[in-house]
Amino acid sequence: MAHETSNHGSATKRIWTVFAILSIVTIVEVILGIIRPEFLVETHLFRMHLLNWVFIVLTLYKAYYITWAFMHMEHETKGLRRSVVWTGIFLVCYLIFILLTEGDYIFDVYHDGYISWDF
Amino acid sequence: MDATAVKTGTEGKIWGGDNEPLKVSYGKMMMWFFILSDALTFSGFLAAYGFSRFKFVNQWPIADEVFTHFPFLHGVDAPMYYVALMTFILIFSSVTMVLAVDAGHHMKKNKVIWYMFFTIIGGIIFVGSQAWEWSNFISGEYGAVETKGGKILQFVNAEGEQVALESFAASLPSERTQLTKNEALWYESEGSMPDYSIAEVVEGFKANPDLLVRTQILTERGEKTILSREESVAKLESDAIGVVQGANLVHNEYGPPLFADFFFFITGFHGFHVFSGVIINIIIFINVILGTYERRGSYEMVEKVGLYWHFVDLVWVFVFTFFYLV
Repeated sequence: MAHETSNHGSATKRIWTVFAILSIVTIVEVILGIIRPEFLVETHLFRMHLLNWVFIVLTLYKAYYITWAFMHMEHETKGLRRSVVWTGIFLVCYLIFILLTEGDYIFDVYHDGYISWDF
Repeated sequence: MDATAVKTGTEGKIWGGDNEPLKVSYGKMMMWFFILSDALTFSGFLAAYGFSRFKFVNQWPIADEVFTHFPFLHGVDAPMYYVALMTFILIFSSVTMVLAVDAGHHMKKNKVIWYMFFTIIGGIIFVGSQAWEWSNFISGEYGAVETKGGKILQFVNAEGEQVALESFAASLPSERTQLTKNEALWYESEGSMPDYSIAEVVEGFKANPDLLVRTQILTERGEKTILSREESVAKLESDAIGVVQGANLVHNEYGPPLFADFFFFITGFHGFHVFSGVIINIIIFINVILGTYERRGSYEMVEKVGLYWHFVDLVWVFVFTFFYLV
């Protein structure tokens, strides 16, 4: 945006900082994915083990930095930021809720029904 | 007449940005709305993937066992390392892109050229890597057997490591050949045949007493169920109907057919985005070299194409998590 043209040094510094954050988070994800620590796999939260929640939170953390720093969302007006981000988040939450609930229901039908699907 | 002239108190405030609503140019705002709609398309795909995965939550393939290849390390079990490397390449090309945008703000043409060049190279490497992933996925590694119910049975040795069909399948005389259009009815043909018939696999399995069958079903600990020797032989004899090697849209040796379908569809759609991003980047790159934006006095086009490129990176972050990690 208009203001950042005056301070070139800090803009590139911010870019490299964000790159470092994204790299570290990705490395952590890969390490966790390969080790799969016992306590994270065995602890469950809302029908999913903790490791998956860790992955999802780290992903959202990365997504935040990509959108805010790389796509310059932090320098846009509130109106633009909200009209893009809130619309997306609202619809995605709705989709995820409705589809995962339905998928889980079908799993139960397959699993608990009187018909065997494994033959 | 005075009564009809209602004032709202917002005259002269055009969305707080004069003729540029929200203080962005027309092109940038439209790019944002395109990105929003595209993000919803990808969300739809990933949510549908989640739906199918929840439907088969106790039998989905384990990504660490499917994506184990690394270039030039043939036969080495390297789960996820290559995808992690691809992720780095894409993130780094995003960094060079944002550096190009930044250089554009300062009207430094040569810097923009170099940074855009690195971005394009990164994008090409990424698309190539994806093609390589696809080719490994399609050709498969171990092969498996499909049951009447469409479930996949894989083979493991006493240590629980997967065993390829070629290492134990017996060799039986067979007259069976691929049906092509010129053989029988002109409208009937079939795809290429697997290297081994089901009889050869079952025969070979019986001749190797240390082999066991592994089913799709996941245990409490998130590992695949391994049957006992007696159960394995019984299962193979009663249920197995065909041999599967590699993956296509109908069968795959990893698990439910939907797994391969979504893999092809989502990574394919993302790869197509990367490909078109590379093309658009090249067009802008040429324009930068020609000095179009130098004369225009603004490098905003670089910024707009940069937004698209970061979006592609953003989508990959999610695809990486939901296909390879979770």
